[in-house]
Amino acid sequence: MSDEQRHEAPASAYDMGHAEEAEDLATFAVLVDNEPGVLHRVVGLFAARGYNIESLTVAETDRNAHTSRITIVTRGTPHVLAQIEAQLEKMVSTRQVQNVTRDPNGLERELALVKVRGVGADRAEARALAETFRARIVDTHSTSFIFEISGAPSKIDKFVDLMRPIGLVEVSRTGVLSIERGE
Amino acid sequence: MTIHQTPAQTDQAREILTGAQIVVRALVDNGVTNLFGYPGGAVLPIYDALFHEPRLRHILVRHEQGAAHAAEGYARSTGKVGVVLVTSGPGATNAVTGIVDALMDSIPLVVITGQVPTHLIGTDAFQECDTVGITRSCTKHNYLVKDVADLPRVLHEAFRIAATGRPGPVVVDVPKDVQFASAPYVGPAEATPIHDYRPPRAPEPRAIAEAAHLLAHAKRPIIYSGGGVINAGPAASKALRELARLTGAPVTSTLMGLGAFPADDPAWLGMVGMHGAFEANHAMHDCDVMLAVGARFDDRVTGRLDAFSPGSRKIHIDVDPSSIGKVVRVDVRVLADAGEALSALIQAVKREKLAKDHLAPWWAQIDRWRARRCFAYAPSAEVIKPQYAIERLAALTKGRDVYITTEVGQHQMWAAQYFGFNEPNRWMTSGGLGTMGYGLPAAVGVQTAHPKSLVIDIAGDASVQMTMQELSTAIQHDLPIKVFILNNEWMGMVRQWQQLLHGERYSHSYSASLPDFVKLAEAYGAMGLRAERPDELDGLIEEMIDAPLPVVLDCRVERAENCFPMIPSGKAHNEMLLADAADDLGRAIDAAGRRLV
Repeated sequence: MSDEQRHEAPASAYDMGHAEEAEDLATFAVLVDNEPGVLHRVVGLFAARGYNIESLTVAETDRNAHTSRITIVTRGTPHVLAQIEAQLEKMVSTRQVQNVTRDPNGLERELALVKVRGVGADRAEARALAETFRARIVDTHSTSFIFEISGAPSKIDKFVDLMRPIGLVEVSRTGVLSIERGE
Repeated sequence: MTIHQTPAQTDQAREILTGAQIVVRALVDNGVTNLFGYPGGAVLPIYDALFHEPRLRHILVRHEQGAAHAAEGYARSTGKVGVVLVTSGPGATNAVTGIVDALMDSIPLVVITGQVPTHLIGTDAFQECDTVGITRSCTKHNYLVKDVADLPRVLHEAFRIAATGRPGPVVVDVPKDVQFASAPYVGPAEATPIHDYRPPRAPEPRAIAEAAHLLAHAKRPIIYSGGGVINAGPAASKALRELARLTGAPVTSTLMGLGAFPADDPAWLGMVGMHGAFEANHAMHDCDVMLAVGARFDDRVTGRLDAFSPGSRKIHIDVDPSSIGKVVRVDVRVLADAGEALSALIQAVKREKLAKDHLAPWWAQIDRWRARRCFAYAPSAEVIKPQYAIERLAALTKGRDVYITTEVGQHQMWAAQYFGFNEPNRWMTSGGLGTMGYGLPAAVGVQTAHPKSLVIDIAGDASVQMTMQELSTAIQHDLPIKVFILNNEWMGMVRQWQQLLHGERYSHSYSASLPDFVKLAEAYGAMGLRAERPDELDGLIEEMIDAPLPVVLDCRVERAENCFPMIPSGKAHNEMLLADAADDLGRAIDAAGRRLV
């Protein structure tokens, strides 16, 4: 409900039972102090409050400033996502939280290694698809390939879906990295 | 921990202290005069440093949980940070209940725990536990200090984090080798902060203007105040009173907020929530503008959420951004310190044109609810009614410098309903966590801070046994606390719920094998008194008050008394159960409500 609507209709029930509300995927970029236990704080917050983690990446980004960047992809209703953002912001170790999903400048990338089994025509089809997706072959055996693919998470999802009937064996994904476009 | 080092050139001018001495010095420099603790192997160097420090009074407790609750009582009654000092392993784990309690009720604590030497961490050493791991989710922040050079700034930051923003407990875990190692001491003013921690203070003018406009034009306003107003200091309570006067709005408060607004003020509606006043809950339900300040819409306050105050616009002042909009949608968010926001709101309301007498119909409605006399109970000349006991305690302590702590259960609700608090920081209770055993050690902490005041723990026979050992602490340190037990030989609130919700099957809620509390008090060196009839109660309360030593007054009360009024689980504010209407208790709560806590 928008702010305007709420002012129009003060008699709403204020029921926060949001079971019927649709869940959205969201990506949070969290800049934290790089100190022992900081990842546990973030993960523990999600576990304790019952939030989902779809993917999570973390690495030091500025040694001198002692900061790490944690990128979390999560799922929830708008209300839950607002709570997640507020709870992350509240942590003492947090320097900044950005919801990069709703940020039009947000850029998301993920890397995946995809192992596909195949002989004969399947091999040719897998290679052709890989070319279309600009996936690189990083390992070749007589009966299998390993492709390296990077891009938006949805692109990787699609690639994996297409490989599945051909003979998908295994997928390893980094989780989402995100950054803001421009300066 | 990765932390910038203090520049080397200034180090030469600084005093070199051991880690243990740094802890003691940092306590003194942060204004600490009293701390609560229990020694043990991993914290002995700090106790050694304490031995030489006359500016710190250490209260030796009998169990570390008691230290944490005592520090909470101390903090709650003074507005200062409570300090706890315990050893590693069981010392730290025993303190955890009190730490969670402080987190839930936003009480500022600094808990210093000893830890095994750094080279033994992770080896399952004797009395080792992962203190920072265990306390990570139940502290506002915590630290494991592995380098003595970091210790001063960690300690100073711990105090700042505990006391500012939404207050809470901070744990500092100090390995034994760090306590022995030496480093230059840096004072609180010079220490550079470790974290980018900036709690909100001043409100946004636009939000205040919007809030003032809503309040000024409300036909049925209500102010719903919470513990945050008390945490914001005496000025916030004053501002609350002024705002209520200015707007003519009635005031209710949460359990934690009692005392911020005087109970003897005509605008006071009584406590809100599950065992709150009929008039307070109905006014919350029917209001058109609600000002929530320093309160967090707890489930004990709101009742059924989808029927919570359905027709109102809501303004929420809170210093914690995650509290605003967490369970109830609000129309105006004011992220600020409660005191600053209230002051700003007063100025803004003064600029609005207030209609005269426009609230008369609202007050007339409130008077109709009040006429219901929801706290009426059947008096008795034979047995002491628990409500009567609290009323007499309130009457006989009136005008005195009195502080009340409680345990958790029926007695706690009766104390909240019948005592009447007119000043902030006078009421210490475990609201969020609901910790039985809180009250007696909290009274120890309050009496430590206010040696000349009358400090009374209103207790239940079951709760008091959870931390009874702290009576020994009270004796040792000449803390003449009074333990006023409403003894009904039951875990009263459990019994009440079993009667209402579980077909009167009283599973394990009878207090069998109760000790003789009089003899028990005497065994500790305290005074023991027993009241069995209403006509002897006043004399015994006066004897308790006048005694210069700790007293346990075992007040034998009506056993089957229930705590009313009550919003049954799963019901709304306007569906309260009153004592005289509750003749069919078994059917008062429907199946859906029975599943709720």
